[in-house]
Amino acid sequence: MKRINPVPLLFLALSLVGWYYSQLGPAFVANEVITRLGRDGIMVLAMIIPIAAGMGINFAVTVGAMCAQTGLLAAIIYGVRGLPGLMLAAVLALVLAVGLGWVLGHTLNRVKGREMITTIIIGFLANGLYQFIFLFGYGHWFPALNREIALSRGYGVRNMVDLEAYRNVLDRVWTLELGELRLPLFMLGMVLLACLLLAYLFKTRLGRSIEAVGMDLEKAALLGIDANRTRVTAMVLSTVVACLGQLVFLQNIGMLNVYTAHLNTDIFSAAALLAGGATIKEARVRHAVIGIILFHSLFIVSPQAGQNLFGNAALGEYFRSFVAYGTIALALILNVRHWNAKPGKKEKNNHKQTFVRKLWYNMGQDIIGRFTLPGWKSTHQQAERGRSNGGG
Amino acid sequence: MSALRPGMPRIIILVFLLLMIIVAARAGIPASGLVNDSLVRLFMNGVLVLSLLPMLRVGAGINYGLPVGILAGLLGMAVTVNLGVASLPGFLLSLLLAGFFGVALGLPYARVLNLVKGREEIAGLFIGFASVYAMCFFWAVAPFQNPEMLWPIGGHGLRPTIGLTTTFGRSLNHLGQLHLGDLVLPLGGLAFFLLLCGLLHFFFYSKTGLAITAVGENPSFARINGLQVDRVRSQAIVLSTVIAALGICVYAQSYGFLELYEAPLMMAFPAASAILLGGGGGYHSGVGAAIIGTFLFQSVYVVSGPVANCLLVPELSEIVRVILTSGIILYALVFMEERGSGDEEN
Repeated sequence: MKRINPVPLLFLALSLVGWYYSQLGPAFVANEVITRLGRDGIMVLAMIIPIAAGMGINFAVTVGAMCAQTGLLAAIIYGVRGLPGLMLAAVLALVLAVGLGWVLGHTLNRVKGREMITTIIIGFLANGLYQFIFLFGYGHWFPALNREIALSRGYGVRNMVDLEAYRNVLDRVWTLELGELRLPLFMLGMVLLACLLLAYLFKTRLGRSIEAVGMDLEKAALLGIDANRTRVTAMVLSTVVACLGQLVFLQNIGMLNVYTAHLNTDIFSAAALLAGGATIKEARVRHAVIGIILFHSLFIVSPQAGQNLFGNAALGEYFRSFVAYGTIALALILNVRHWNAKPGKKEKNNHKQTFVRKLWYNMGQDIIGRFTLPGWKSTHQQAERGRSNGGG
Repeated sequence: MSALRPGMPRIIILVFLLLMIIVAARAGIPASGLVNDSLVRLFMNGVLVLSLLPMLRVGAGINYGLPVGILAGLLGMAVTVNLGVASLPGFLLSLLLAGFFGVALGLPYARVLNLVKGREEIAGLFIGFASVYAMCFFWAVAPFQNPEMLWPIGGHGLRPTIGLTTTFGRSLNHLGQLHLGDLVLPLGGLAFFLLLCGLLHFFFYSKTGLAITAVGENPSFARINGLQVDRVRSQAIVLSTVIAALGICVYAQSYGFLELYEAPLMMAFPAASAILLGGGGGYHSGVGAAIIGTFLFQSVYVVSGPVANCLLVPELSEIVRVILTSGIILYALVFMEERGSGDEEN
């Protein structure tokens, strides 16, 4: 029986209700969603590879984002403008992203099974170091060549840096107007290309080994795959894609919030991916595309809906933050049983597994029942249930 | 006792602290102020750190869902301020209400965490974050009446920070203060903290406490011996939530402000960092780890502030603290192997 994940349907319903109350025009919402699809698409794709490699959600995509910002700031400091500047920024950022992704991968190999909490903490640590470097290091450790972006005290970078030299370099190319709709074809084409490349990656040898490692580390090792190495590659790829995603995002926004632009990219990308029907164990490119459309529709309509419903736009913003964090929490709760029922462990201590299953059956039934559609119970789940009933 | 075994982070922090103290002495920062502050901050943050212990001992890992308990405490204090009960009775009433709300929020939280055995840390983290935003909604629409708590314009929705000076702010800090020249020893607060430590320590030797430790050490063995694992885990998680609710009351009365909305979001990390620094983290973590860890961690906080202000830029002290906090947690994650995480390890 085919599994239907209820999360996208929930998001669809929420967006429709929000849209109804926000009273925004369909063309406006569509334009915004298309802009955001181009802006955030690549960043969401960066989440897919670590999930496929069995490392869960990579909250350290903020590291990739910080690499991108470092590259852009370097280009600004040396005063290279326009497309060459963007290229220079990209090259610098990518070199940095490959290096940091390698470090990340090796760190995560030490904490197998606790990757997600580690990536969150790494994100915080990297954020602190990044802020330290640009608030203190610029002007102290390396010369403040560009006085324009320095604070008045002579060192440290300003909060806001204008990316006027690079603004919309990419998304002004090939814009198509269809009535009220504005389609930035080049941007959308780029996201589409990235999607296709990623989908192709999973058809290659590397992609297959990433998936094998994600399914079972030990069995992948028996197949002759170097699991640790594959996991490092997955992290490097993820960081590099995140770095590219942030570059696209920043040139679209046109302003660089030096100390805050990278914050929350991890949460919102992860929530968008999960909204599209991905799980902690399985993510596909289509989940990313569907997820961005659903999640950002909700994002666009919720402040206005909050204003119209309760007379307070802040409520809409709290609501969408709640939805972002809540989606991730829900995904973690719904998915954990797949972890607990790892095939390798079942044979080892069958007794305990039966116990866990029984607990699950008794305690989890009501909560899961609420989020489960009739068609969603997989055969695997039914088989397990039969066994737990028989064994008990 | 694990708390007395020196670990790498503790050595680094001690050296760092000594360096800071030397720099502070050179820069002419008065030592008495630093000692006073670090004593106040010990009991101010110590209760929050203590709240991690029951969950650690039951094998549920560090409670990154600390905001759940904090929200319960904030709710209790908000009700107290709304009623207008001042000074020490107000503080005691807020503790009582916080405990009540702690149980109320802790029960569903425990139920959810029992579904995600072995992944409590990451799931708790996001449950905490999500509940902070859910409560933001509540703070904005809740029907509180005391004008001191509401936005001056419009008259509905709570303010992000509510001053406690007119109600129970500093009531515990000022209880039994002992003045020795420049030194001010907050005996009342310290006594309260040590009393809680003692109660928790002896609780771990009671029947329920031993059951908690047994489940943390080996859930299967505990079950064979007739313990209801999920029930014991629920008890520990509810206890953690209740102590966290009390902890934020102590914190807020000492700080003098009630911080609502997004303020509780990141509060779990300094507490986690403190207990890891004290040598805790596994299912053998004791009260000693919490006390030592909080004292060291908060002393670094206290000393690093003025030193950073003297030498570097004011904003930097906050950034240095973020680096320290996450650095300690990351070190523990990557280099400390022995941890009880429920079913997974056995």
